[in-house]
Amino acid sequence: MLTFTCPYCGVAAEESELTGGGEAHLKRFGPGSSDAEFEAYLFTRKNPKGVHFERWRHAYGCGKWFLAARDTNTLEVFGSYPAQTTEPPADLIAAIKNKRPGWEGWK
Amino acid sequence: MSTRLAKGGRLLDRSKPLNFTFNGTPLRGFLGDTLASALLGSGKTLLGRSFKYHRPRGLVASGVEEPNVLVNLGRNARLEPDQRATTTELFEGAEAASQNHWPSLEFDIGEINDKISKLFPAGFYYKTFMAPKWAWKHLFEPVIRQAAGLGAAPKEADPDRYEQTYAFCDVLVAGGGVAGLAAALAEAKAGKRVMVMEQTAFWGGRAPVDGGTIDGLAPDEWVRNAIEALEKMENVQLFTRTMVSGLYNHGYVIGYQRVADHTPGDGRPRHRLWRIRAGLVITATGALERPLAFAGNDVPGVMLASAVRDYLVNWAVSPGDRVVIVTNNDDAYRTALAVLDAGLSVPVVIDARDSVTGALPMAVKARGVRVLEGRGVAKVLGRKAVTGVEICAQAGEGGVIETVACDCVAMSGGWSPVVHLFSHVGGKLIWDEAGAMFRPDATRPPIKADGTALARAVGAANGALTLDALCAEAGLAAQVEPEAPLAPVWVMPAGAKEALKFKAFLDYQNDVKVSDVQLAAREGYTSVEHTKRYTTLGMASDQGKLSNINGLAILSDALGQAIPQTGTTTFRPPYTPISFGAVAAEAKGEIFQPLRRTPMHGWHEAKGAHWEPVGLWRRPYCYPRSGESHRDAVNREITNTRTNVGLLDASTLGKIVVKGPDAGRFLDMLYTGMMSTLPVGKCRYGIMCNENGFLMDDGVVVRLSEDSWLCHTTSGGAEHIHAWMEDWLQCEWWDWKVYTANLTEQYAQVAVVGPKARAVLEKLGGMDVSKEALPFMSLAEGTLGGFPARVFRISFSGELSYEIAVPANMGLAFWEALNAAGAEFGAMPYGTEALHVMRAEKGFIMIGDETDGTVIPQDLNLGWAISKKKDDYLGKRAQARVEMARPDRWRLVGLETIDGTVLPDGVYAVAEGHNANGQRNTQGRVTSTYWSPTLKKGIAMGLVVNGPERMGEVLDFPGDGGGVHKVKIVDPCFYDKEGEKANV
Repeated sequence: MLTFTCPYCGVAAEESELTGGGEAHLKRFGPGSSDAEFEAYLFTRKNPKGVHFERWRHAYGCGKWFLAARDTNTLEVFGSYPAQTTEPPADLIAAIKNKRPGWEGWK
Repeated sequence: MSTRLAKGGRLLDRSKPLNFTFNGTPLRGFLGDTLASALLGSGKTLLGRSFKYHRPRGLVASGVEEPNVLVNLGRNARLEPDQRATTTELFEGAEAASQNHWPSLEFDIGEINDKISKLFPAGFYYKTFMAPKWAWKHLFEPVIRQAAGLGAAPKEADPDRYEQTYAFCDVLVAGGGVAGLAAALAEAKAGKRVMVMEQTAFWGGRAPVDGGTIDGLAPDEWVRNAIEALEKMENVQLFTRTMVSGLYNHGYVIGYQRVADHTPGDGRPRHRLWRIRAGLVITATGALERPLAFAGNDVPGVMLASAVRDYLVNWAVSPGDRVVIVTNNDDAYRTALAVLDAGLSVPVVIDARDSVTGALPMAVKARGVRVLEGRGVAKVLGRKAVTGVEICAQAGEGGVIETVACDCVAMSGGWSPVVHLFSHVGGKLIWDEAGAMFRPDATRPPIKADGTALARAVGAANGALTLDALCAEAGLAAQVEPEAPLAPVWVMPAGAKEALKFKAFLDYQNDVKVSDVQLAAREGYTSVEHTKRYTTLGMASDQGKLSNINGLAILSDALGQAIPQTGTTTFRPPYTPISFGAVAAEAKGEIFQPLRRTPMHGWHEAKGAHWEPVGLWRRPYCYPRSGESHRDAVNREITNTRTNVGLLDASTLGKIVVKGPDAGRFLDMLYTGMMSTLPVGKCRYGIMCNENGFLMDDGVVVRLSEDSWLCHTTSGGAEHIHAWMEDWLQCEWWDWKVYTANLTEQYAQVAVVGPKARAVLEKLGGMDVSKEALPFMSLAEGTLGGFPARVFRISFSGELSYEIAVPANMGLAFWEALNAAGAEFGAMPYGTEALHVMRAEKGFIMIGDETDGTVIPQDLNLGWAISKKKDDYLGKRAQARVEMARPDRWRLVGLETIDGTVLPDGVYAVAEGHNANGQRNTQGRVTSTYWSPTLKKGIAMGLVVNGPERMGEVLDFPGDGGGVHKVKIVDPCFYDKEGEKANV
């Protein structure tokens, strides 16, 4: 059972307190978008063996959504941050690069 | 023949004899005995039959690794099958019975399997799946089901109590031997919160049996001091009879405490499951001795060398008078010494090594015991008990050099560290060539969330197999006889031919032999995981504790590759089986899951409501009167509602308030319709779709004020729709100024429905509920019969209808007031089934009936509820996909049987032709179907290919029993299509 630190309330939350929301930093495509753009938004998800940015909600705690970077292989959590952003914080990116020198980046 | 010795037994309390039975025979043991030691001490060596070949079996081990002696324990509701005799503490009145034989343990018909065992090679089970097809169903399955299987499952509910508890610690030590206790002392002295869990009832592990000194003290004394010191420390918790059964992600640990297995009936919970979050897990889980693979190594009386000395030293039980030792290492000589110390005889020690010069062998030789070098066992003699061994050259093919009579064989193939916990969540192992063992790789441990080590192995579990090695690791001084290196021996003799390998067992519990693993390799199974599944090696309830390393060594040899290249199979929790009772604990019966009750729940119960589960809620399905069937009750409730007035507890409807300057804009995105333009005090039906365009929820939206809306959701939908709103607000439009609050449980809600509904409310008084003051689809707030109320003129039945919300704490009083006021108008409560039938009569859809996650609003003719003026809403882009505009989509229609009967639910309409699987093509299905007491005929709704364009067409719906229903496509609204009844 995983643990994540909720960036809002500071609690080290058990996985059973959370609900997962899949890949983070998706850009929504609505009416007027091309079929390819919409398909990518709706269906095409990253599935890396390694660093993954993902959405979690502290559903049985403060109720807030937050984002986290986690290694899908080792399950190491590099950090979590509020959901109200379009890209991961620079210090988190730097910390991951430090630990995973070969990492190709989050985009 | 085994027996109890007159003196000794470090774990026994001879002043406390205990009575028990085995297969009905009364026997006696002592406090401190395990069931295994008590059986062996009573002279019982034949204790079970093997799984596949029904071979006679006895004890091999003395602990968790025991593969053979699983018993049925207890009787009736307290019967528990497959209980390991070696880990069952003896208690007064224990009733044990052997398993897997008929008619008796001594004479077992199934033994025929052993005589024809050549017919059951590796993969036999899978081979039975092959042609001819009929053979599996009619021949193999019935025969295998009868012959296989271990204990019998109890038929009654478990009367015992189980519980779970949570804990947190800095360090969890798994294992209470010397290494574990030394680690616990060090961590505790450093101020850490420490929990120590030992699976047996005693501290100290193997050291007290194996001997030596620690810091100048005998192991028993050192252990006693360590426990005394730990008990005095407030930051330490000590647990015996508690197995750390598994390590999980990020330091989650399960501890399985057998609280009262040894004191049944004393009122304590039987088992307790500890759910622990640990900062560090120190695995001090020791090591397990490996058997040697020689012909007849499963005959009762052939045991692990360590088990023989455990029985002698711990329980004063002699497994035999003449004990032959077979070994590839020095440690087994300790067993020879223990046997001699007990006054018994060691006719010979058979050592596979060419030269034996270590201190322990020398000590054994000095006591006049013959030690044979470079020798092996060709074959064990005897069937239900050992009568002797045939000795051969280890390097040869099994030519017999001499035969030695004996009644016990103590074997040792070396030791394997217990690496299970370290490996459960990804800790890596390295192959230690010198020790011929896998041990934890400290540089690649399992990790925690922050990437640091979750586990550290110490002592024998870390490959420090000798007392001096593990003491050196722990910073203690030890004195013990030095041991010379072992020689890896995987098959005995090295050149054993098929006839010998065919009786050389690797996995005792699943009857897997050396020849089976080699056959698997020949048949192309090169992966250890595949070989495991094909041969079932290591798949029994002992999970291969004795067999895995031997098996993969033999596989490696057959494949001509090194052992680390083959690798191990995956270690998975639990380490040994844990009870279902502990896993379920209190989550059973009434408190299996929470029950949500409306404020009127008790009233419904008192009126004998028949309940329908709706999510975690219970809603009255109907209120049957004395002598009335459910169907009659539903029909009465509908007719009364349509002619007089009915009352529905609608409190379970989701009620979410959305408020703020951007609330209207937000709701325009969530609903397909336009909510921002809804005037204050008005109601509008709304539907929500997901981004795939599929319908997910519906309900009436009410504008409460300039900046706040009340969104009704389906009964089961409030939580996930609220979460859905929060997701979009927090993660997509976080700059929009909107608050949401789920007020579902803050309000009780009652639907007052029927032609006399207005009269009932007027009788209550306090608000103008006339058509003029409160027209259809509008809201009024006020005081009704003294209750603060919000009154919505909305209808899900087609009748004149008011839904009234009052504060939850007044719900029951309001409900009672309505029933009293309605009495003179014939008011009756009605349940969910009447609600469903009435909405179907009106052609209203129900989320979950007409929708299934693949239906768009357009399929349900709900185009009118989709705003054409909006640029965007959730699902709009998806609904523009080509697939969504296909002319042959399945769309909503009414369905009516030609003969007026009720269609079965879920049946399909067939079309011409067959699909690729030879099934009839389909062109529609039933989504809702009821008897309409109003129309006196069956009515249904369904989705039919291009349905609305096919009014009047008759389709064939094959039923369950072979008949075909002729069904006409009609308008889904069966009742008051103009809506005059609601709008009065």
